[in-house]
Amino acid sequence: MADAALSFAPAPADTPRARSVAGRRALWLMAAALLVVSGLWLFQGLGRGWAFILELRAEKLAGMLIIGAAVSVATVLFQTVSRNRILTPQIMGFDALYMLGQVLMISGLGIAGYAAVPVGAKFLGETVVMTAAALALFGTLLTRAGSGDVARMILTGVILGVLFRSLGGLVQRAMDPNDFAMVQAASFASFSRIDGALLIWAAPIALLAMGAAWRLSARLDVLALGRDPAVSLGLAHDRVMVAALSLTAVLVAVSTALVGPVAFLGLITAGLGRALAGTARHARLLPAAALTGAVLVVGGQLLFERFLGLAGTLSVVIEFAGGLVFLWLLLKGRVR
Amino acid sequence: MLRNPAILFALVLVPLALASLMVGAAGLGTSALAADGWLVLTVSRLPRTLAVILTGAALSVAGVVMQQLVRNRFVEPGTTGTAEGAALGLLLVNASFPGAPIWSQMLAASVAALASTWLFLRLVRRLPVREVLLVPLVGMILAGILQAVVTFIGWETDLLQFVSVWLMSGEFSGVISGRYELLWVAGGAAALAFVAADRFAILGLGTDRATSLGLKPEAVMRLGLVVVAVVTAMVVATVGMVPFVGLVVPNITQRLMGDNLRRTLPATALGGAALVLACDLIGRLVRYPYELPVGSVLGVIGACLFLWLLWRRPAPSTPAVRRHG
Repeated sequence: MADAALSFAPAPADTPRARSVAGRRALWLMAAALLVVSGLWLFQGLGRGWAFILELRAEKLAGMLIIGAAVSVATVLFQTVSRNRILTPQIMGFDALYMLGQVLMISGLGIAGYAAVPVGAKFLGETVVMTAAALALFGTLLTRAGSGDVARMILTGVILGVLFRSLGGLVQRAMDPNDFAMVQAASFASFSRIDGALLIWAAPIALLAMGAAWRLSARLDVLALGRDPAVSLGLAHDRVMVAALSLTAVLVAVSTALVGPVAFLGLITAGLGRALAGTARHARLLPAAALTGAVLVVGGQLLFERFLGLAGTLSVVIEFAGGLVFLWLLLKGRVR
Repeated sequence: MLRNPAILFALVLVPLALASLMVGAAGLGTSALAADGWLVLTVSRLPRTLAVILTGAALSVAGVVMQQLVRNRFVEPGTTGTAEGAALGLLLVNASFPGAPIWSQMLAASVAALASTWLFLRLVRRLPVREVLLVPLVGMILAGILQAVVTFIGWETDLLQFVSVWLMSGEFSGVISGRYELLWVAGGAAALAFVAADRFAILGLGTDRATSLGLKPEAVMRLGLVVVAVVTAMVVATVGMVPFVGLVVPNITQRLMGDNLRRTLPATALGGAALVLACDLIGRLVRYPYELPVGSVLGVIGACLFLWLLWRRPAPSTPAVRRHG
């Protein structure tokens, strides 16, 4: 099926060979940049007690790599499904949905009950519930809105995000202060505070999901053509869409669980990844976006934590810059 | 009765206000001394009820004015960066001059709200007129950017608690006599909109038509900006952000009564007051005797109403140009 779809997919007309070669070179450059920033992150300013420091840094590095890649891949997938280059799953309220689920769970089980559930089981359960809810909500939204009324769909997603956040806020207010402290720690995005116990579960899941997305890439190319062309090319359109949406939900769950909500990071990295890859083919687009995301998060955290001394604020700065980019895209008319 | 929703809203508002006077942790009259009951009533209950009514009325009127300025049904001060601008102004004053007198805080909040609203209007002017739903989207993103700035400054100056508890979620539980009077300023600003209702209605037809009808659009624009900014700044400074009121109430009254602002504004004000009062009562009763912030209650109810408005109405063509119902 994958091969058939690949061979029927028309070669994108706007990607001549030269651009493709340049894209491949950019990909290697990005990989080299990732190695450099990762090396700097690990070995910059190592003093005494290096074994301990290295272990600590390696764990954080792994977390940041996973997050950067997961957020970017999720965004590319979502943009393909919604056929829109300026959306991120977080703008549409995916992460608010996850946070709401978490708040409901903490308040339902109580802090003792919540702490008693093993981290892995908790995370798996949350991810499954979140995926189901996201499919039900955004699947219907995407199919009902069709392709004509993008602005209404985005607005609906944004408002749904507000709704989920308000619901979460209401439940939080009614909570025990201890439970509340737990929720609050989880609901503020910070790249410098990554939970190692969670990482052991989140990393393999994220890697599996990204691998699955990459395996789907030929079908995603066809999906991006739109429903009718895709169906006439022999693609099981709805099934691929459901698959892509589920992978998006899983990846958002991973990144939200690890660092908290980040709305605009994916917008920047997916956009840069697209520019780098120089092609609309997912087989190259997905790695390009993932690499860009990883470089941006690790490099940004390196800059902010080691050189500017602002450990907790990278996420805020990314939100700020990402918001500006989004606004610029809107005003330039890239949405329509 | 339905012919004039203003009467309907007033009939809803009166029992709500009475209930608001009665509901609270302390009983009135029965067990406590009569003097205590009187104290509770005059120092806490009555100011609170007044504050809620003023907030709801002023915010919904500000919403109408904003919608006329932008010529778009889907905006309100809370979704255009105005409220976030006011919060930014307040935060800056509090961070750099702790203990600054209250009037200077008000001034800073108003000026910042004015600046952010002006920025929003400038941005929106570059969008094509037909794309009705892009306007609120741009506003929400602008609001998000300003909020990121607020969070950053709050983080750096250790005022994040001030930001999240005080500014971001509207709440009336702190209102007692002597701590809500600024809302009268908001009420006054909203009253200004009543006086100029006709001009705002004409402005909503577009600047060209407004000019040809003998109106000076820039002057009305400036007045509208001031009304919106002052109302928002006072509300944010006194009780925090109260979302969605300025958006859903004007849309509902417009649906019922049409676009003649001189007729609809009273109904809008009363409806806004009734909505916020109802949400405040819900917040006070759900976990009695504890309270939920009205901002969160409205976030849920208002978001549902907004989604209903968004999906019920067939894609609006030219907003603000409709027959009077």
